[in-house]
Order: sequence, then structure tokens, then C-alpha cells
Amino acid sequence: MQADLFPLLATGLGETLYMVALATLFAILLGLPLGVALVVTEPGHILSAPRLNRVLGTLVNITRSFPTLILIVLLLPLSRLLVGTTLGSTAAVVPLAIGSAPFLARLIENSLKEVDRGKIEAAQAMGATPAEIIRKVMIPESLASLTLGVTLAIITITGFTATAGAIGAGGLGSLAVRFGYQRYRTDVMVATVVVLVVLVELVQWGGNRIARRINKNRHTFG
Amino acid sequence: MIRITGLSKAFLTPSGRVTALQEINLTIDKGDIFGIIGFSGAGKSTLLRCLNRLEEPDSGTIRIEGNEITRLDKVQLREARKKIGMIFQQFNLFESRTVFGNVAFPLEIAGYPKERIRERVEEILELVELTDKIASYPAQLSGGQKQRVGIARALANKPDVLLSDEATSSLDPKTTWAILNLLQDINSKLGLTIVLITHEMDVLRRICRNAAVLDAGEIVETGPVARLIANPQQKTTRLFLASDGLPAAARAGHDPHGGEESRDAG
Repeated sequence: MQADLFPLLATGLGETLYMVALATLFAILLGLPLGVALVVTEPGHILSAPRLNRVLGTLVNITRSFPTLILIVLLLPLSRLLVGTTLGSTAAVVPLAIGSAPFLARLIENSLKEVDRGKIEAAQAMGATPAEIIRKVMIPESLASLTLGVTLAIITITGFTATAGAIGAGGLGSLAVRFGYQRYRTDVMVATVVVLVVLVELVQWGGNRIARRINKNRHTFG
Repeated sequence: MIRITGLSKAFLTPSGRVTALQEINLTIDKGDIFGIIGFSGAGKSTLLRCLNRLEEPDSGTIRIEGNEITRLDKVQLREARKKIGMIFQQFNLFESRTVFGNVAFPLEIAGYPKERIRERVEEILELVELTDKIASYPAQLSGGQKQRVGIARALANKPDVLLSDEATSSLDPKTTWAILNLLQDINSKLGLTIVLITHEMDVLRRICRNAAVLDAGEIVETGPVARLIANPQQKTTRLFLASDGLPAAARAGHDPHGGEESRDAG
């Protein structure tokens, strides 16, 4: 172990957290409307549009079938356009968010589909608009499941950032490659992995806790 | 008054076109408790759901208090639905909301200010005798209590009509009795028209003044319940009377459709 280990880790962790936080935020901003659209445009749903539904579904599938690394490389020109550079953590946020949004959209779609059709019909029968049904029924009713979906997405994005680190994004992934691999610093490699494991555990624990708390209000007797 | 004329509806299924309703003509008086009885698959649920267009009729017209429901566009239909309450067999309460939140829902949709919502929710919960459960979640309630919340939610925005889709079918006899009493109470207190569908003669006998017997998508007999019971003209009506009071298992044996319940949701 060398003296620079902790400063290196601290910087790497900071960059990773920064990327994960921003990428998650933008992935939700993109993925939530997309996930909602995938559900409500289904034939017979509140904004039935079968053709649009198929287009969206295909689009999501195509994006999801790209290997992460290739998707990131492909989206780097967009980073240059939006952020002005293809290097560093901020530049990496663009491909990370766009790359994980379709995945998150599918998770959100699955959660929203768990909402019983009878509840949606009840809201329709009361004269609710589609927007009200989405906002006041579908999302609140599936909130616990949505929380677990976002938790899974955060963990997946954490993995993406490590991959992105290999091509200049910074963060723990970059640290592991540049120091652990290229400079034979086993201590850095091991420490990076440990930090990532702890990070993922914490995220999952937090997500479970929030989901349980949401469910607790609704399902305990008393 | 509800006036249904020439109402027809068919479903397209993978195995072909299935007629659910055929040329239904029906008039329901204002303030009536009107029952629609039929065996599983007779089309009674479809008929009820056509009244607020949860199901789109293929042809025919429906008027509720002079408002031609079948001619409304989406926006007008939403406005009309705010004055048509509906309760369901599975209650369909929002689990993410407390009893208060459930009853407040239609009021939020209708744009009531916050203070008015609280006032109205408390008022209506008093009517259904659930004031002490105002902060409970549906999961913490019994079946009968859940249906009371359903009724409160349906009545919150002072509808002209209450549609009841087998509202007591998943409740035990004692609770069914209490819910029927409540509906009758509401009918006389508020002068609200109630249209209910059921497959139980008992429900009809208990609270309905007039009724229609539905069989295979057609109305085979209609009139005051007392007359239908005293002097049934049609085979289906007599079957219902004959099966009345028998245990459910014995009744199933008399089902003229022999268990072919595949036509629609009932």
C-alpha cells in the first residue's frame, strides 16, 4: 500500500458519485416519460396508440442491444456538442444517461404495468384525464416497485461508469485501469473493487429500505 | 331519467365476433333503484359499463338526465362522468391513498379547493359511517369497509346516478345486507338513481323497485320487481326464481349455460 492510495480513491469515488448522480438524474428524466409512454400507448390503454407503441418499443430494444462500450463511443460526439469535450466525468454523463434511459424505461414500464386495470378504470369512471391517471394513480400505486427499479438502474449505471472510466471518463473505473492494471498497483485495484462493492451494497440497502417504508404504510394492520 | 335506445355491442375476439348486447331498449326513472339481473356472460356488466362508456357501444343512444352520453366527445365525456358514480366488485380503491385520499380523489379531479375537499370528505364519510377510518389505508379495512369507501368515493362529487357493478358479490351475506341497506338509505336520502347489476335474486328482491332480466345480450323481461317475482313471463326469470335460496353449489347445477362463461366478464 502506498501513501497516495487514499487521495486517489477519494478523487475516484467523488467522480464516480458525481457521474452516477447526474447520469441517474438524466436517465430518470428521459426514462420516466419513455416508460410511461410505453405503457399508456399500448392498445386499449388510456392513450392507446399501437403504432407509436411499436416504434417506441423497437427504439428501446435497439438502444438496449448495443454493447455498453460501443454505445458510449457512439454517443461521444453528442457529448462534445452538449458539454464541449469528450473527456472527463461531465462528458461521460451524456452517454451514460442516454445509454441507461431505455433500460430504466423498461423497468418503469414493468412497474407501471403492475397497477391493476380496475384502479385505472375507476379513475376513468370518475372523469380523470390521462395526465391525472398517470400522476395520481399509476405512479403513486407503483411507487415501491418504481423505487426498486431506480435502485437497480443506479447500480447498473455504476457499472457503466466503470466501463466509461476505461475510455477517459474518470472515476473509480478509470482508477482501476490506469493504476491497478497499467501500473501494476494491486492495492489500488483491490481497494477500488472494495469501494465499488460497498457502494452497490449501500445503494441496494437504501433502495430496499425506501421501498419497504412505502409499502409499510399501505400494508400493515393497525 | 336514463333512456337507452337500440344499444348494441359486439366484441372482436380471436375466435370471431361475439355479440354482447343486442338492441337494448330501457328506461330507468329518476330516483329508482333499478336492477339488471342475468347469468354469467349475459352481458349485464357490458351494459352497465356502456352507461359511462367504459365500454364503447357500437350503436344506439344513451341519455342520462337529457345529456346524450353517446354523442359526447372525450372532454365532455369526462365532465359527464364526474356526475356518474361507480362502485365495483373488487372495490378498486387506491392503495397508495388513505380513506381520506380515496374519497378526495374525485373532488381533486373536479377542482374543489382544499378546505372544501376536507369538509365534503368528512360529510360523506359520516354518511357511510366510516369517520373513524379516515386515516386508514385500504389494506387495513375489511371488505365491507372497503366497499363503504368505494361508495363514499362514488358519491363525493354528488352524482346524479350511481352504477353498481356487482358491488356486493365478493362480500359475505351479512356485509352484503349492510351494504344494500346503505345503498337504499342513500337512495332515499339523496334521491339518487341507482343502477345495479347482480346475479343474485336476493339483491333484486331486497332493494330494487324495477328490474330487467338479461339473457344472451337481450332483455327478456322488464318491470317492477314485485311483478317479476309474482308473475314471471320468461324462462330465464323463472330459473332465477327457482334457484333463489338454494346454496351456490346447487345453483350452479341449474345454470342453463352449463358453465360456458366465456362470453364476457359477466
